[in-house]
Amino acid sequence: MRAGFYLVAITGLMLGNGAMLAEARTIRVTIDKMAFVPAEIEAQVGDTIEWVNNDILVHTATVKGGWEVMIPAKGTASRAVVEAGQVDFYCRFHPNMKGRISVAAP
Amino acid sequence: MGVKSKQLPRHAWKEEVTVNIRPMTALVTLCMLAFSPPVQAADKPTDPQIAHIAYTAGVIDVENARLAISKSGNKAVVSFAEDMVRDHEAVNTQALDLVKKLKVTPEDNDTSKALARAADDERAKLAKLDGASFDKAYVDNEVAYHKQVNGALETLLIPSASNAELKALLETGLKIFQGHQQHAEHVAATLK
Repeated sequence: MRAGFYLVAITGLMLGNGAMLAEARTIRVTIDKMAFVPAEIEAQVGDTIEWVNNDILVHTATVKGGWEVMIPAKGTASRAVVEAGQVDFYCRFHPNMKGRISVAAP
Repeated sequence: MGVKSKQLPRHAWKEEVTVNIRPMTALVTLCMLAFSPPVQAADKPTDPQIAHIAYTAGVIDVENARLAISKSGNKAVVSFAEDMVRDHEAVNTQALDLVKKLKVTPEDNDTSKALARAADDERAKLAKLDGASFDKAYVDNEVAYHKQVNGALETLLIPSASNAELKALLETGLKIFQGHQQHAEHVAATLK
């Protein structure tokens, strides 16, 4: 318990911004009938994007030449935002499904 | 579910007739279904028939996709075909779950039979092609096939479905297959 508490405290210090950690948000993108909703989101470094897949199909959130998150049918998947900048993602299985994440620097 | 039609005698004429026409018999059938206004209420397919038609249409696309996966060396074509297998199997699994839940037995019918027969012809033609000509023929057929299936869903199958859950699944299917059509068109454009 105590060790865990210290670890959290130390991690917060190492990141240099305990307040930012406390404010880290989870931003939800819903997938419904072959579309990311909302298609464009804004996030900050430290936030987590959570994809909630209401479809009966497997989808991905894929950044060309970058990361990929596999989102199971009727399931969820998430990914922490680690880098500032703007990235476009799409579903590799259904390339007409597109989304964009604009990430502000911490 | 019996999608392979064995009762050939009734349609023995077809062997000669289809040799020189475009491999679109299934599409023509669906097209006629979709665009001729129902004269009598009897023209409207019943829910058990709709379930059978939709399931058959899915099985056909999976079989075509399996052929493409085994024959094509084109990465975009193979991954499109893999997408078709994954999605149509998912939709058909959902359809089977639904008919089980609703205690509906899908009922074979002339539309399903015509679809299955035409698809067999199409696949036989595709099987004879290789390389780029196979890729193009497969993808072009996928574009046309999805277009026509979507047309039939929109104008006939969805409006005819009386069970709300079946209607909702068909509507979800339509969204998915519209996506497939766009995907197929995109792949087709890269083959030109």
